[in-house]
Amino acid sequence: MPDIAAIEVTELVKRYPRVTALDGVSLRVEQGEFFGLLGPNGAGKTTLISIVAGLARASSGRATVMGRDVVADYRAARSRIGVVPQELVFDPFFTVRETLRFQSGYFGLRRNDDWIDEVMANLDLTAKAQANMRTLSGGMKRRVLVAQALVHRPPVIVLDEPTAGVDVELRQGLWAFIRRLNREGHTIVLTTHYLEEAQQLCGRIGMLKGGRLIALDRTQALLQRLADVQVRLRLRGTLPPALRGRAIEQGDGRVKLRVAAAADVEGVLAACREAGAAIDEVEVGHADLEDVFMQLMAGDRQRVAA
Amino acid sequence: MNGAGANAAEGLTALPRAVGSAGFRTLLAKEVLRFWKVSFQTVAAPVLTGVLYLLVFGHVLEDRVEVFPGVGYTAFLIPGLVAMSLLQNAFANSSSSLIQSKITGNLVFVLLPPISNREFFLAYVTAAVVRGLVVGIGVFAVTVWFAPPPLKAPLWIAVFAVLGAALLGVLGLIAGIVSDKFDQLAAFQNFVIMPATFLSGVFYSVHGLPPFWQAVSHLNPFFYLIDGFRHGFFAVSDASPWLSLAIVLAALAAASAVALSMLARGYKIRN
Repeated sequence: MPDIAAIEVTELVKRYPRVTALDGVSLRVEQGEFFGLLGPNGAGKTTLISIVAGLARASSGRATVMGRDVVADYRAARSRIGVVPQELVFDPFFTVRETLRFQSGYFGLRRNDDWIDEVMANLDLTAKAQANMRTLSGGMKRRVLVAQALVHRPPVIVLDEPTAGVDVELRQGLWAFIRRLNREGHTIVLTTHYLEEAQQLCGRIGMLKGGRLIALDRTQALLQRLADVQVRLRLRGTLPPALRGRAIEQGDGRVKLRVAAAADVEGVLAACREAGAAIDEVEVGHADLEDVFMQLMAGDRQRVAA
Repeated sequence: MNGAGANAAEGLTALPRAVGSAGFRTLLAKEVLRFWKVSFQTVAAPVLTGVLYLLVFGHVLEDRVEVFPGVGYTAFLIPGLVAMSLLQNAFANSSSSLIQSKITGNLVFVLLPPISNREFFLAYVTAAVVRGLVVGIGVFAVTVWFAPPPLKAPLWIAVFAVLGAALLGVLGLIAGIVSDKFDQLAAFQNFVIMPATFLSGVFYSVHGLPPFWQAVSHLNPFFYLIDGFRHGFFAVSDASPWLSLAIVLAALAAASAVALSMLARGYKIRN
């Protein structure tokens, strides 16, 4: 069923009394994708995820999970999606295993211990199975949240800022596990503030700003929107006016310039020399997702259809 | 049951179907285990409170008050205290569980799975009934030794115990949905539930009141709960148990309709 989208939202609008959180977002995430949803705080990422997961209701528009409407056919939709919430929430009354058993039961799974054991093993939780949730560290609680999202083996997994405040070791382990799930056919949707992570993991990215989708493209295509080559300089003196148009970022004696090709770097250096600016440091590299993100968020409202 | 939308009107009639679902049973088990894990606070404490009321009021008033002919005050007081503890703890269970889950955010674990509004409603209310009954039985088991009341119509006792706990469980659910903070919930508890249970004839028979306050008492649905419950012990009551049953059922249906319609609209829970 390749024509059924893992997640599809159509003209989704969410208005709160004081603010419009989503302003007509349409988006399709295909099955098997590793999709990144990026945007600054308040862009509408969590609202979008909440509507898809059934935690909030859209003011208008429609959302489906694996072709099932999240309102009209909510049982089917919810049993096909697992959500790792952003907040580090837990129920202080129960142990890790109790938490995972209850979560299984909510999805109608009575004898789920084999899978629970497997998920716990993959998330390094086995030793903590009998520990009360209250006694766990933040990183451990985060792992339990991931495990809770997976108890019903959902084809679509949504992770809302899963690595916020998580140590490096857990982050690596978590991504290895999520990548494996993706290889095994699960669709992954990720929101994160760590753009490096999104760049490494996501095949396609949507960027939200002010409740609107301002970019939606393959990660590589997004990166190519900026000139392929960048020169980072540390200068004493001012940047020659001729080069100002190329500046992506500037400040504190450092500038980042875009150039069309590696051969143009020489011209940039020459221009600086002629203008009397001493160059302390030169670094030549490629644009990363952060550059693209900064540029898009800076205000140019180019809306791109996928 | 791949519930295509749930509205409150359909909700009430379709409640029995929800009982069979794994979602309901799991959520009920979770809710019961939740209070049982802290039973010192949720069961033992209210039982102690009930006993203290009995010791103090029973001791002071035993020789001065005869409410029904041939029934001592302590024996009269015991069913009232049992009912009051049962009602207050049923309310406390659903309301505090829900508001804790809302404030800590772990309600999301129940909102993400395919649990219908009816299953959600029934699980919280049934757990409240279980807590109410456990506390009520606890209070009875400890106080009965002071002045064993007769058990003339046990079926009425069971009916009013379950319906009363259910009504307060539903009211607790509504209070938990509406409140955003613990102090709002506390206000509901202190300014509505406490006065209504206290002034419902727990400590006295409304027949002894001046006519005006008798009339006021008859407007309080909790009066019928306590009166009907007590009828099961003494086969004597201020109102007919059938009238009490009708009023309690009507109050339960009305409160349930309100709660289910809030859930169907996603009021404060899925907004």
